[in-house]
Amino acid sequence: MTRISVKVDGTTYQDEVEPRLLLIHYLRDRLGLTGTPIGCDTSNCGACTVDLDGVSVKSCSVLAVQADGGEVTTVQGLARDGEWTELQKAFHEKHGLQCGYCTPGMLMAARDLLRENPHPSSDEVRHALEGNLCRCTGYQNIVRAVLAASGQEVTA
Amino acid sequence: MTDQAVQSEVGRARPRKEDARLITGQTNWTDNISVNGLLHLAILRSPMAHARIERVDVSPALERPGVVAAFSGRDLDGLGSLPCAWPVTEDIVLPDHPPIAVDEVRYAGDPVAVVVARDRYAAADALEAIEVDYEPLPPVLDLEAALAEGSPLVHSDKGTNRSYVWPLKTGEDFDSVRRRAEVTVKRRYVHQRLIPNAMEPRAVVVTPLAASGEYTLYSATQIPHILRIMLAVVTGIPEHKLRVIAPDVGGGFGSKLQVYGEEAIALAVARRIGRPVKWTESRSEGYLATHHGRGMIQDVEVAAMRDGRLLGLKVDLLTDMGAYLMLVTPGIPILGAFMYPAIYKMDSYDFTCTGVFTTRTPTDAYRGAGRPEATYAIERIMDELAAEVGLDPVELRRRNWIGHEEFPYTTIAGLTYDSGNYEAATGKALALFEYDKLRAEQADRTARGDSVRLGIGVSTYTEMCGLAPSRVLRDLRYAAGGWEAATIRMLPTGKVEVVTGTSPHGQGHVTSWSQIAADVLGVPFEDVEVVHGDTKAAPQGMDTYGSRSLVVGGAAVHHAAQKVVAKARKIAAHLLEASEQDLDFADGVFSVKGSPEARKTIQEVAFETFTSHDLPDGMEPTINAEHLVDPDNFSYPHGTHLCAVEVDTETGQTKIRSYVCVDDVGRVVNPMIVEGQVHGGLAQGIAQALFEEAVYDDEGNLVTGTMADYLVPSAADLPEFVTERTETPATSNPLGVKGVGEAGTIASTPAVVNAIVDALRPLGVHDVRMPCTPERVWRAVREARS
Repeated sequence: MTRISVKVDGTTYQDEVEPRLLLIHYLRDRLGLTGTPIGCDTSNCGACTVDLDGVSVKSCSVLAVQADGGEVTTVQGLARDGEWTELQKAFHEKHGLQCGYCTPGMLMAARDLLRENPHPSSDEVRHALEGNLCRCTGYQNIVRAVLAASGQEVTA
Repeated sequence: MTDQAVQSEVGRARPRKEDARLITGQTNWTDNISVNGLLHLAILRSPMAHARIERVDVSPALERPGVVAAFSGRDLDGLGSLPCAWPVTEDIVLPDHPPIAVDEVRYAGDPVAVVVARDRYAAADALEAIEVDYEPLPPVLDLEAALAEGSPLVHSDKGTNRSYVWPLKTGEDFDSVRRRAEVTVKRRYVHQRLIPNAMEPRAVVVTPLAASGEYTLYSATQIPHILRIMLAVVTGIPEHKLRVIAPDVGGGFGSKLQVYGEEAIALAVARRIGRPVKWTESRSEGYLATHHGRGMIQDVEVAAMRDGRLLGLKVDLLTDMGAYLMLVTPGIPILGAFMYPAIYKMDSYDFTCTGVFTTRTPTDAYRGAGRPEATYAIERIMDELAAEVGLDPVELRRRNWIGHEEFPYTTIAGLTYDSGNYEAATGKALALFEYDKLRAEQADRTARGDSVRLGIGVSTYTEMCGLAPSRVLRDLRYAAGGWEAATIRMLPTGKVEVVTGTSPHGQGHVTSWSQIAADVLGVPFEDVEVVHGDTKAAPQGMDTYGSRSLVVGGAAVHHAAQKVVAKARKIAAHLLEASEQDLDFADGVFSVKGSPEARKTIQEVAFETFTSHDLPDGMEPTINAEHLVDPDNFSYPHGTHLCAVEVDTETGQTKIRSYVCVDDVGRVVNPMIVEGQVHGGLAQGIAQALFEEAVYDDEGNLVTGTMADYLVPSAADLPEFVTERTETPATSNPLGVKGVGEAGTIASTPAVVNAIVDALRPLGVHDVRMPCTPERVWRAVREARS
């Protein structure tokens, strides 16, 4: 067992963990932060994407011990005092989600994109989200939502 | 589409009520559920496609830390067979399907043993300690070889790998139309196996109340109601002691329209040890354990005249059932049987489907379920016929389709299409697509000998969804009905609960049903809540699959709301001291004709029933109402899809340059949701055409066994779609709506492949096997050239 200290969505947690424990299982099973789901076991789907120290990571490919001393933001830490972020609003308004299972990862990956490229083209959005799979939307409204959140005009 | 009726909810692009929880992570997926003392269940699966189980020893697993229990198939053999609810013929070969294998494993992934431990890591570790001896048996993989004399058998006690033969012959004899035909075209098409890939893996949680023998089962399922009935039968737990809940469910696409072994196993284990258990599949485990879709060889022949007029169609199918017949496995190709003639008129139809067992994961419903296969075959061969008779593919279709003035029209397959307008949808699609301009560019590129060719693919589809009426389902030997239930509860404070028997998993029923109820009741959209997916809270229903929810379940909501208004009218009349006939009802307000100040809102009437102080004599103190709908016909959406693909003849690379679809799904409740359904449908249909295939090796191992090997397309792999609609209302339900969930998937696959073949036809290519990967396209070009 290894002792770790991680700040998640503004709260600092200290825990003894097995070295092999994945960050996603730490978040879900130990902290009860089930807003971030698991969609695969090969790091392909991106459903479990969170922000670790300012970079979006797939939390199924990070060990909890690697997050020791770090700061994690999950989908549950995005809204402030009940106020949704521009991305959350845009996903709602543009119907960028159906079943919603990929949505936490999409939001986190899109947030990362807009930090680096505040006005991406439609193609740039598509490539930036390549590591996040959605089976419901065909991606069109996800792209619209990200463009809208970046303040760009989106038709329809 | 513009939003014309501002005050009307139906037709309005309402952002969804569902979203708030989903975009903030306040979700309730089955795997999120945790209770005190919860144990994790893990399943050891067969590493072989076919083997006799000589010995299973779970005892070493019990020595591992944190392990509470472990069971072999024999330990759990009180479980009944998993059900098949669609034995399509009287003499169907229907083998037993133990939820966990006892004597023999019949596909790689067949459950063999179970471990229950304190956490998921301990359970996974303990699986490694279980000892199993297998005696390998020969795999059965090739559909044609499986039917040959002397083939190894999947179920040796059955003496055959043929599950059933299902024929449908209508109209003139096909041999006779073949004789008078001027042209015949015969092709073989192959539908690869597909893995549905709902983003939420399957999961089950069972919480037992051992003392009273009551069980609550949470499952990532599309069918909580059907599941409850079936699990009661399989496990012997009385139905009234079993509550099934489908909490938030992350997509299904047919893969969660199933009664799975893991659901029965989890119940049996929880019952045995008296403690709550959870099983969650990993994605790779799901690739083996969750049913697949498609898997079919189609021999298709059309007979026609030189002018392109169709005379007849012959279809001979071999379909891969996999190792067992699951809930509706044998019925999937039969759902397609009626759709091969599609929108065309002809004199003869000759259909035969043979179901074949193989040692692979069972197949069952996957988005479209039988209808994508049918549409693919007819739309592909229509293009081949167009080439053969020298007609533009759109013109060929025009010469054969049912004219809009001919509806209702009874097809050669015996279906009566209630409404449609193929001319309108096609005209709109051609204009949006700039068809003539693209054809000119194509001709120019061909003339120049450009190595990047342009191809144009057409797909004018229709489909049948919203399976009903129930007596027709009886004739098809489908074991369930086609009805759906809705109850409307008018709460004392004026709020409304709509209880639906549909079970959404991404479709937005909470929003759409609210819109329907709000319109009829005249209450604000925000005042309506929708209750679903829990057999205790929404006790009656037939669940969500086959694009049925709106056309059947939405119609039930509409009717139930009308009953509420009728009951409320009696009370309002009494309170306003007027006769019922003298009351107007608009926007939720009853008013007396001629004296509009005398008024009661329906929400006030709801409160009156709560106090019950002043009701008409003999009136029950409620305006709540229930309604069950059993529609008198299927729903027949249709549309025209056009796809332009650039094909690099030197690399085999394909690129969708434009995709235009005009769908007619009748009246639309929420255009934003409908457009989203079309987008997602297109993505899955295009994925079959270009990317996805469950590949098995010669030993019967799934080679594409992880998401790293099976290509679910990303945003970067798919184009922007241009989606439009025409609106020809359905006549089989009061809303005029048609199903939309599967339309995009059904239509798009042939549009894409037709475009690729169209690009390469001048080089002598007549087909490319799906998925049309760059390698396959390149090989097709090379073979045609040599």
